[in-house]
Amino acid sequence: MDATALIVTIAGVGLAAFVLWYFFFSARQTASAVSTSGGVQEVAITVKGGYSPDVIEVEHGKPVQLSFYRDEENSCSEELLMPDFNIRRDLPAFKTTLVELLPQQTGKFEFTCGMGMLRGSLVVK
Amino acid sequence: MEPTTKTETLDIEGMTCASCAAFVEKSLSRTPGVQRAMVNFATEKATVDYEPAQASPATLKQAVINAGYGVAERAPDTSAAERSAEIDRQKALAYQKLKRRFWVAVGLAVIIMPLSMLMLWPAMMARVNMQWLNYALLMLTLPVLLYSGREFYESAWNGFKHRAANMDTLIAVGTGAAFLYSVAATVVPGFFTSRGLMPEVYYDTTATIIALILLGKVLEMRAKTQTSAAIRSLMGLQAKTARVVRPDGAEVDVPIEQVQLGDIVVVRPGEKVATDGLITEGSSALDEAMLTGESLPVQKQTGDPVFGATLNKTGSFRFRVTKVGADTMLSQIVKLVEDAQGSRAPIQRLADKVSAIFVPTVVVIAILTFVLWFDLAPVEHRLPLALVNFVAVLIIACPCALGLATPTAIMVSTGKGAEHGVLIRNAEALEKAYQVNTVLLDKTGTITRGEPAVTDFVAPDQEPARLLQLVAAVERQSEHPLAEAVVRYANAQGAGSLAATSFRAVEGKGAAATVDGQAVLIGNRRLLTEEGVQLSPELLAQAEHLLAQAKTVLYVAVAGQAVGLVGVADTVRDSSAAAIKQLQALGIEVVMMTGDNPQTAAQVAGQVGIRRYFAEVLPQDKAGKVKELQGEGRTVAMVGDGINDAPALAQADIGLAIGSGTDVAMEAAGITLMRSDLRGVVTAIELSRQTIRTIKQNLFFAFIYNTLGIPIAAGLLYPFFGILLSPMLAAGAMALSSVSVLTNSLRLRAFNHH
Repeated sequence: MDATALIVTIAGVGLAAFVLWYFFFSARQTASAVSTSGGVQEVAITVKGGYSPDVIEVEHGKPVQLSFYRDEENSCSEELLMPDFNIRRDLPAFKTTLVELLPQQTGKFEFTCGMGMLRGSLVVK
Repeated sequence: MEPTTKTETLDIEGMTCASCAAFVEKSLSRTPGVQRAMVNFATEKATVDYEPAQASPATLKQAVINAGYGVAERAPDTSAAERSAEIDRQKALAYQKLKRRFWVAVGLAVIIMPLSMLMLWPAMMARVNMQWLNYALLMLTLPVLLYSGREFYESAWNGFKHRAANMDTLIAVGTGAAFLYSVAATVVPGFFTSRGLMPEVYYDTTATIIALILLGKVLEMRAKTQTSAAIRSLMGLQAKTARVVRPDGAEVDVPIEQVQLGDIVVVRPGEKVATDGLITEGSSALDEAMLTGESLPVQKQTGDPVFGATLNKTGSFRFRVTKVGADTMLSQIVKLVEDAQGSRAPIQRLADKVSAIFVPTVVVIAILTFVLWFDLAPVEHRLPLALVNFVAVLIIACPCALGLATPTAIMVSTGKGAEHGVLIRNAEALEKAYQVNTVLLDKTGTITRGEPAVTDFVAPDQEPARLLQLVAAVERQSEHPLAEAVVRYANAQGAGSLAATSFRAVEGKGAAATVDGQAVLIGNRRLLTEEGVQLSPELLAQAEHLLAQAKTVLYVAVAGQAVGLVGVADTVRDSSAAAIKQLQALGIEVVMMTGDNPQTAAQVAGQVGIRRYFAEVLPQDKAGKVKELQGEGRTVAMVGDGINDAPALAQADIGLAIGSGTDVAMEAAGITLMRSDLRGVVTAIELSRQTIRTIKQNLFFAFIYNTLGIPIAAGLLYPFFGILLSPMLAAGAMALSSVSVLTNSLRLRAFNHH
C-alpha cells in the first residue's frame, strides 16, 4: 500500500465514522411546547429538509397544536405522517398547516415524511 | 334578488359550559345589524346572520370579546374542500415543473451521451481536441445540475443541516462526486496525466442519472395521485347547494355551508340530498351506493333518515336537517378513511426501522467501497474504479420503494373498501382481518334481519285474504313489535284496511277489537283459553308444527271461533346463506352465537349452513365466547350490530360492526360495514387478504432490490465474473423500483367483490 492509498484509507474510515456519529449520535434540537391561556400546547415547526425542531416535548392529556411551515418545494417533505395518531396530512409548500392531536399516553411517538426518511418525534411526558 | 344578509361563522374560545354559549349568543344577537345568532357549545362555533351595512366580522368579534370570550383566528383556507383544491392546484403545478426539469435533463443527456462516446471512434478522436470536448460537455452538464437536479442538492444540504439523510442525499453525493471529479479532470488534466492516469470525465453519468431519477419521480407522482383518488371522489360527491324552505314558504337555493340545523330542505327526483336529516314529508327511493356500496335503491318515507350525497331517484320529499358539515355521515366516512390511511400497519415496522438507518449506513458502505477499490485495484485504474463503484452504491440504494410499500397499498385498499361500504378503521385492522380463520356471527340482526316477520298465515276454513284484513285492522291499533310484523305482512299482501272499534290490548297476551261488526281476538294461547275459545285439532296440529320450527304463534279467533294462526319469526337475510358459504370457501370456519334456545339456534344454523353454534348466550357472556374460541388458538373476527355487542367486538381480534353506521359501532369495531348484509364480511376479508398480499410483494421487491443491489453495485461480482454495475444502470433500476411498487399497489384498484 502506497502513501496515497494510506491517506485515502485513513480519510475514508474517518469520514465514515463522522457520518455515523453525525446522523446517529450527535445531540438533537429539542423544543418544549408553549401552553396558551386556553390550555393548548402550541409548537411551530419548520419543514426544510427535515423538521426543526425535530424533538418536541409536550405534556400528556392536553391538546397539542403543531403548526408545520413547509419552507421548500422539495417533494420529499410534502406529506406528514404521524402513525400513532392516525394522521396523514399534505403540507403545501410555503404554507402553514395545523395539526391538532390529543396525546393521552406518555412515550415517544415518531412522525415522518411520506417515505419515512425525514424524522422527528413527539415526546409526551 | 340580491341577498341582503351575510352569514359568518366564528370559532369561539373559552366557553366552558352551555350557559356560556347562551351568553355569547345573547351578546351577538344584541349587536346592531345582527338578525340571527346561533352558538353551538359542542362545536364551539357561532353562526351569525347579519346585514353587512350595519355590522362586520370585526364588530361581531368585538361583541364576543365584550361577552368575555375570544374569537379564534381562522386559517385563511377554512373549508376542507377549498384546502384540498389548493393542495391539488399546487400538486398539479409541481408536476408541471417536474416534467419540465425532466425534459431539460433528457434533452441535454441525449446530446451529452454520444459526445462522451466519441472516444469509441479513434478516427473521430483524432480530429477532436479532448480538452475542448470536455469543456463543451461541462457546459452542457451544468444546466442539468443547476436546473434539473437543483432540488436534490438543496434538499441534501437542508437535510444535512438537520442531521437527516434522505434519498436526495444519496443522489446529490453520488452525482456530485462524479461531477466534481470530471471538472477536475477537465480543468487540470495535467494533475492526472503526470500520475499516469487518464483524465476521464463522467458528465454522461451525471446527466443520465439525474434524468433517470427524474423519470422515476415523474412516474411516481403520477401514480401517487391515483392512490388517493377514491377518497377524493368520495369528497367530490357532496352537494354544493341545498334548496331550503324559508319560514314564509319560499324555496331558496343556498350554498351548502349555510344550511343550518333544523332547516327544511326540498329534494326533487334526480337531485342529490344536500346533508343528513329526517324526512318530514313525501317518500322516495334513494340510491345510497356511495355510502353502503348497495346498488339497489332504498325506499324511504316520512320519519326515515336520509344522508347527504345520496341520490334521490323517484319521488320528491322534504327533510329536516339534523346534521351539517363535519357531523354528516359522508364527512365521518371521509374522516375515517383518511385516518386509516394515516395509520401504520404492524407489517410496516421493520421497513420503518430499516429506512430510518438506511441512508447514513449506505453512505458509510459507499465510502468503504471507495476505500477498498482504491486500495486493491491496479494503481492506474484505482481512482476511476473507486469513484464509479462509490457512485453506483449511492444511487442504487435509495429505500423509497421500502417506504412506499405499505402506505400506498393501505391507501388504495381503504379507499376501495369505502367504495364497497366497508369502512376500515386503521391499517392494523386490515392486517388482523387477513389473519382471521374463524368468524363468529351474532344471530339476531346479523344473520337474521333482527325484527320479527310473518312467515306463515294459516286459515283452514276461511278465505285467507278476508281474515288477514280483519286481523290487520286490529293490529294496526297496536304498538307491539309482533303486531307491526303482522301489519307489514298485510300491507305487503295488499290487504285493504277496515275500521276497528273498541280496541283493547291485553298486556303480554294479545289484543281484541270489533271489526265489521265481528269480535276479533289475536294473541297467544293463554288469551284464547281465558276468553273461552276452543282450538280445533287441525289448528292445534298446525300450531305444533310451527312451534317445532321455533316460530312464535299468534292465534286468531273471530266471533268466538278459533279460525287461524299466524307464524312469526325473525327471518334470515336473503344474502346470509350465500355469504356464509363464501366465507367457508375462503377456508374460514363460521360460528354462530345467539341468546335463543338451542332449538331455534339449530334451526337457523341449519338454514344457513353453519355447523357450530352457541345457544342461550346471555349478552354479558358474548365476550366470553369470543375468548373461548381464542383459547382454541383461533384468530376470531366477531360480527355484530355494534351496540350490545360492543364488548365482544372489542374482545375479538377484529370486530366488524354491521349495518348501523352509528358512532358506537364505529368506535368499537375495527371495520364497519355500512350495509346490513353479511356479504360485507366477505368483501372485508377478501380485501384484507389482497392488500396484505400486495404489501408482502412490495416489501419483498423493495428488500430484495436493495439487499442484492448494494453488493453488486459495490463490485462484489467483479472478482468472480468481472461484472461492475454502471451507475447509470443503477439509476434506472432505482427509478423503476419505486414505480413498480406503486404500480403493484395500484393493482388493488381493480379489486371487485363479486
